[in-house]
Amino acid sequence: MIEIKNLKKSFGDLLVWEGVSFTIEEGDITAIIGRSGCGKSVLLKHINALLTPDEGEIIIDEKNIFDLDYVDKRLLRQKFGVLFQGSALFDSINTFENVAFPLRYFTNQNEEEIHENVMRALRYVNLENAAQQETAELSGGMRKRVGLARAIILEPKYIMYDEPTSGLDPQTADEINGLILDMARQFDVTSIVVTHDMHSVLEVADKVAFLDQQKLSWFGTIDEMKQSNQKDLVNFITASEYQIKQ
Amino acid sequence: MRVFKELGKYSSLLYQGLRSSTEFSTYRKNLFQELVKVGYDSVPIIILVGIFTGSVMTLQSAYQLESAFIPLSTIGAIVSQSILIELAAVISGLVLAGKVGARVATELGTMRVSEQIDALESMGFNSVSFLVVPRVLAGILMFPVIYIVASVCGLAGGVAAGYFSGQVPPADFLEGARMYFYPWDVAFGVVKSFVFGFIITSIACYKGYFATGGAEGVGNSTTQATVLGCIYILLADFILAALLL
Repeated sequence: MIEIKNLKKSFGDLLVWEGVSFTIEEGDITAIIGRSGCGKSVLLKHINALLTPDEGEIIIDEKNIFDLDYVDKRLLRQKFGVLFQGSALFDSINTFENVAFPLRYFTNQNEEEIHENVMRALRYVNLENAAQQETAELSGGMRKRVGLARAIILEPKYIMYDEPTSGLDPQTADEINGLILDMARQFDVTSIVVTHDMHSVLEVADKVAFLDQQKLSWFGTIDEMKQSNQKDLVNFITASEYQIKQ
Repeated sequence: MRVFKELGKYSSLLYQGLRSSTEFSTYRKNLFQELVKVGYDSVPIIILVGIFTGSVMTLQSAYQLESAFIPLSTIGAIVSQSILIELAAVISGLVLAGKVGARVATELGTMRVSEQIDALESMGFNSVSFLVVPRVLAGILMFPVIYIVASVCGLAGGVAAGYFSGQVPPADFLEGARMYFYPWDVAFGVVKSFVFGFIITSIACYKGYFATGGAEGVGNSTTQATVLGCIYILLADFILAALLL
């Protein structure tokens, strides 16, 4: 369980958000939605302690992660898999090595075990034939899938997805949504999805946190969201639906 | 104010690097790769620079000292002293501020703006230990070797230029070089190259590690790494000469 309590963050004079509090339950897929620039990715980077807030705390496994020293923060981060917006693949090594990367440094597995695990992860994202391809040769959708294979290779307890479907065609986006659902249901992973793609939210999320006007504007289940009358949330959903129809 | 802020960030990065230098298992593999990139890959350009520096220095000295009263061995003494004390270290440093400094700043800058450094941190890596420590260590360890290669090539270039131009016979050149050879000159050159190696790689790492703003930001950090590297090499050269000579 991840408890976010009264979080506040600003960059210089620019307030990103304040008073952000909500709880991410074990096994849930929680979507963090909001307009571009509202601080969704910034919130994500707080959850695995890549950024430190001005105020507030995040409790993971009964510990405030901002009280941890650097070594403990790094141990905590190993419980997270992160799929970055641009996939963040290491471009100096090929697909196989990208996925194998965490295994080589954080486990004592031999080459045979590493090969087996990497191929299993690549098979899971349907990319086993691309193992020896250079990352520069991969399409946007393939890069996302390699990023996902790398994110799950250490069997994390939590997976964070930063705009997993942005820049993808609808069919590939659906494939990624399918993988997110599959990951959560099959392996009981707690997932946090940052997105402004409402189609994706409706498809995968159990709960939704809506960031707007420098605060957590709304939080609830997907069914509650569908019935909500909260003006800003309704406007956001309506604009997104209009975009989908267009 | 901005200068102090930059200085603080630079010192903090170095401190983090120093603190994480005990995590040898993390950066061991990267260190060997960087030793090759900083040292071995720089050898061809350093050989070229060394030979031409020694050659030009010999021809110009012969032109300026053309007199029946000045023995030809003086040219060998001047060229060898200049190369060992100053030129081999400084010219190599300036050339490598461009070659090594630009590469390091671009590499780290690209990793920063494409979130690869965030990805490393997210996986639980210490990104400073993984990226900065091996590069700075490689600079400190390989620059003295590069200085020695540049010195040998400079002297060889001087001898060759003197011989082929017919202005300084090798025997005279080497006699002058031997007559004014002091081991301290070489030690001084090695000390300078240690410092230059640290300056070039640490500034490049700093500029690349904190790069912002996409392709243009990476370009800016690369330019700043190269220019600042050159400026601080010249400054350090002056300070070391004032302190140690």
